Amino acid sequence: MPQIAQLADTWSSQVFWLLVFFGITFFVIGRGMVPKVMETVAQRDGQIAADLAAAKAAREAADEQEEAWRVRENENRAAAQAIVAKAKDEAAAKSEKKLKAAQTRLDKKLAEAETRIAEARTAALTEVESVAVEAAQDIVKTLAGVKVTKPTAAKAVKEAMAHG
Amino acid sequence: MAADQAKVDPMKQFAIEPIAGTQGWEIAGLNIAFTNSAMWMLITTVVLFLFVLGGMRRELVPGRWQMMVETFTGFIDNMLEANIGKEGRKYVPYVFSLFMFILIANLIGLLPLGLVGIHPFTFTSHFTVTGVLAIISFSIVLIVGFWKHGLHFFSLFVPHGTPLPMVPVIAPIEFISFMVRPFSLALRLFVAMMAGHVLLKVLSSFVIDGTNAGIGFGALVGLPSFLLMIGISALEILVAGIQAYVFALLTSLYINDAENLH
Repeated sequence: MPQIAQLADTWSSQVFWLLVFFGITFFVIGRGMVPKVMETVAQRDGQIAADLAAAKAAREAADEQEEAWRVRENENRAAAQAIVAKAKDEAAAKSEKKLKAAQTRLDKKLAEAETRIAEARTAALTEVESVAVEAAQDIVKTLAGVKVTKPTAAKAVKEAMAHG
Repeated sequence: MAADQAKVDPMKQFAIEPIAGTQGWEIAGLNIAFTNSAMWMLITTVVLFLFVLGGMRRELVPGRWQMMVETFTGFIDNMLEANIGKEGRKYVPYVFSLFMFILIANLIGLLPLGLVGIHPFTFTSHFTVTGVLAIISFSIVLIVGFWKHGLHFFSLFVPHGTPLPMVPVIAPIEFISFMVRPFSLALRLFVAMMAGHVLLKVLSSFVIDGTNAGIGFGALVGLPSFLLMIGISALEILVAGIQAYVFALLTSLYINDAENLH
């Protein structure tokens, strides 16, 4: 077993060179390079964390803006609906008023026409009566040769007309 | 005598050989020859350096290589944070170096580079090496423990809620189990790596000797051994990762004892 057989001859060389090369490894690589590698890792982790935080903040801001937009949109819609409703009401009121006026005018015209019709009928009836009286007088005079006074004839005509 | 020459010595792979011309190097009377073991430590260091260098592009959107390096640092970082807590992060450089150094050493030692004439040397299969690493980890535990808690650190040997009469019995046991830690740490890695490599070498000697003995032995012994080697090689890759992980995990658990004294 050379590890033991050569121990006396080689231990000092083994220890010396191990200390030299492990020392180089420790001081150059371990102390010099490894912290830089780890620093890079830490930097990257920090960067990732910061990016994630920024993304989260941006998303929150976007959500907030969307919420604000939604509120504003709802307000606008409500306002628009109110305007539409008001316009509708106004239009309805206006047309109702117009209709009412037209109705009134029509009613008035109708009433006037009816009055006129009634007057005309009365006048016509009166005329018919007087014509009938005169006709009755003439008929009686011609047929019977009796002269009937106007009031008597009128009375007879009225009676006849009342009986239809 | 061709069969004798073809025999595989399963221990030869662990032999340390100074690279030509460096046998005489000394510091304060101690030999520091630049050996094949040191050579593979150098290669491990360079490979690890290049690997981490590829992850240093510091791009915000990482490429595959950078992702891989960051996965390893993140893995060690998570392990330390899970075992020690927030203060654990300052040990990332050490535990990362330890884990990657052992992992790459284990994996490079398994590469079939012998096919092209280069013989990989798994220096983690030497307890001189794993011992030094374990002693470094253990020293960190002691230094941090006494630095942060002073003499109060000795209360580590009295688990929380021990009844007073039990303390004289429990404390020595705890002390022994504490002192065994560096040995268990070093021996576990050393034994696991060595056992795997010996097993592979023994099986390869079956393949070679069986095939040399004739077609019948080759089919009966060589072929099954070869299939077994393929499976065990896969297992060894797993072991290489697991042992590096265990070493790093136990180090972080021991540091946790020192950091957060119960």
